[in-house]
Amino acid sequence: MARIAGIDIPKNKRGEIGLTYIYGIGRSTAQRILTQAGISWDKKVHEWNDDELAAIRNFITSEIKVEGALRSEVQMNIKRLLDIACYRGLRHRKGLPVRGQRTKTNSRTRKGKRRTVAGKKKAPKK
Amino acid sequence: MARSIKKGPYVDAKLEKKVVAINDGSAKKGVIKTWSRRSTITPDFVGHTFAVHNGNKFIPVYVTEFMVGHKLGEFAPTRNFKGHSGSK
Repeated sequence: MARIAGIDIPKNKRGEIGLTYIYGIGRSTAQRILTQAGISWDKKVHEWNDDELAAIRNFITSEIKVEGALRSEVQMNIKRLLDIACYRGLRHRKGLPVRGQRTKTNSRTRKGKRRTVAGKKKAPKK
Repeated sequence: MARSIKKGPYVDAKLEKKVVAINDGSAKKGVIKTWSRRSTITPDFVGHTFAVHNGNKFIPVYVTEFMVGHKLGEFAPTRNFKGHSGSK
């Protein structure tokens, strides 16, 4: 089992996929890392030897922001918006979509489970 | 789509003139009333108070350095939704 950036990488997956288990690394970043380290994308994680593993670790720690550092950066950015009370900050505060999406329907990801409002009239049956 | 870098940030010419006048001391300091919600906040604006129109009245906005790069209108909400009647 390979440990990179404090995360266990599943050993039976291809390197390109395995690396995406780290927060902040997707397919294209994973491919970039492997190309830089000179490893085939298709090589399984358990087939990496210690040198290759070290090269990958090195590249990730020096070039890419992952896991805790990245999470805290995102939180800081949101906090900045909240503190200056701009429109985007207000939307974050209210838990509504931030980028101008419709809220008449949908946007359930931001709004959470439906809360039925009492006293709302139902449409009459035909 | 984002604005071209080549053009630089958009600031209403009249508003910019007023801010510059206060900064170089040729006009006295005070609240700047403006309808120009579309103007980007530049570093010159920091420390000034703007009364930004929201379509109904003027909202006082004190500009801090974190606000640079945003538009004035972002700080003066145009809708004032207090919740539906009967909910909570």
